[in-house]
Amino acid sequence: MSTAGSAQAYLQAQSRWRWPEIAFWMATLLPFVLVPSYLQLASQIAITALFAVSLDLILGYAGIVSLGHAAFFGLGAYTAGLISKFWWGEPLSGLVLAAALAGLIGYAASFVIARFRHLALIMLTLGMCLLLYEAANSASWLTGGADGLQGVSMRPLFERFPFDLWGRTAYSYSLVMLFLTFLVARRLIYSPFGLSLRGIRENAMRMPALGAPSRAHLRKIYTIAAVMAGIGGALLAQTTSTVSLEVLSFQRSADVLVILILGGTGRLYGGILGAIVYMVARDQFSGINPQYWYFWIGLLLIAVVMFLPNGLLGGLGRAASIWTRRSP
Amino acid sequence: MSEPAPGVASVLSTRRLAKRFGSLVVAQDIDFTLPPGVRYALIGPNGAGKTTLINLMTGMLRPDGGQIFLGTDEITSLPPAERVRRGLVRTFQINSLFPHLTPLEAVTLAICERRGHASRWWSRLAAHGDAVDEAYGILASLRLGEHCHRVTRELAYGQQRLLEIALALATQPRVLLLDEPAAGVPRSESAALFEAIAGLSHDITVLFIEHDMNIVFRFASRIIVMVGGQVLVEGTPADIGVDPRVREAYLGTRRHG
Repeated sequence: MSTAGSAQAYLQAQSRWRWPEIAFWMATLLPFVLVPSYLQLASQIAITALFAVSLDLILGYAGIVSLGHAAFFGLGAYTAGLISKFWWGEPLSGLVLAAALAGLIGYAASFVIARFRHLALIMLTLGMCLLLYEAANSASWLTGGADGLQGVSMRPLFERFPFDLWGRTAYSYSLVMLFLTFLVARRLIYSPFGLSLRGIRENAMRMPALGAPSRAHLRKIYTIAAVMAGIGGALLAQTTSTVSLEVLSFQRSADVLVILILGGTGRLYGGILGAIVYMVARDQFSGINPQYWYFWIGLLLIAVVMFLPNGLLGGLGRAASIWTRRSP
Repeated sequence: MSEPAPGVASVLSTRRLAKRFGSLVVAQDIDFTLPPGVRYALIGPNGAGKTTLINLMTGMLRPDGGQIFLGTDEITSLPPAERVRRGLVRTFQINSLFPHLTPLEAVTLAICERRGHASRWWSRLAAHGDAVDEAYGILASLRLGEHCHRVTRELAYGQQRLLEIALALATQPRVLLLDEPAAGVPRSESAALFEAIAGLSHDITVLFIEHDMNIVFRFASRIIVMVGGQVLVEGTPADIGVDPRVREAYLGTRRHG
């Protein structure tokens, strides 16, 4: 039997840290010891994971389907890159400005986004991203166009840790940023706001009948997700010292969507797990066959969707619940 | 030439409300007044315009003419969410719930929205324990307390109908419009569902659409009969029971609701 007290305790228990979570974050330190020569890859995975977490907030929690989330990633990347090329090379301030600009554009776009749903959203987000892509392409005097932005050079982090060839600083920096972004996302989804977002995802039509200002909620989460995507882009620019047009490409938008679905939407860790599996698989498959590696990615996707409809994380959760039921 | 707003004695009223879909008139010259605290039944054959009337009053449809007042305030052009915040709340004939939320989460959501806390993304839900308590209280009052942690889509159908009402109650309505609250519920359970409705605070004015005349005559203090998009007659159950026009609307034309 439930009582009011246990009802409260139940909702509070949902947001408590569990040991698999703590173990997971401890494990993110392992690359420093186990695969020190792969830290650059680990850094890229952390950045992609951050990007996927930001997409999860709008797609997995608020139900905003985006095929153009790279718009904000790219904005962050170009902003951080240009700041370092033309003004200063201090990374943290560049990161903050990049995030702010991505958020500003995201906020402006959110007024359109919040009015639409489903297929219309796919077209809108895709369209906005294409606009930015071609804008960056044509402004080659500023962005380097198709040749990419050259001459990005970063000052050492905190003036103490230079961005070395091995990626130690890069991975540390990206990992800390991923963790901080994750903490914000985690806090958000266990807030009253996060609950309302899930309500919008579950039944958007019902929300006005509860007196809920759904559009304001959607604008807010879209802006927050844009800020986070901007941080991801800035990290990529700063840790690789270059920005290519690819940061705004359809491919990047599609990849992050695939990564999130692969890992599991609306689960916070889905994007992170998806990024790890996808990026490692891509690294391995492209090593085996650099030309046709998307074949294997395709196979992986079909297998996951057919056998694990809630993504890898959903499958893991199911396996875990079967396991705990069996053991005494 | 706008007439003065109706007196304080009504919580919800309409004046010459009209709606057409193309050439089909679904609401015409609808005038009625709900005094506070009554239990109104809205009855009429299928296609009489009952749900349309609820859609018009709650802002889900725009009227082609006429006015709607909540108390003395005109709300004719307010968006649906704003009407809810002012206390005019509805439920749906077909369940409109949050399938993957638990009843406790769903009702807590509605309470946080009502209190204006739902935009707080930096405060933890755990810090809103009083909202959770209130949600639990509403669910318990509708005998959903022990099911409050089950995912909504796993609830029995009758429990889902009760959750519809729980969500509406969480907004603290002054006027509650129930669109066939017992739709799809077996006859044996619908009386229990209406007992729950009858037990609601009399601060809430209730209007419900219902086809089962036993239920209507048992639970309504007044009845409005609609036919062909118009109010045919309004009165006490005793009046309506002997009104020949009502008999004709229901029986004479053989249009069963």
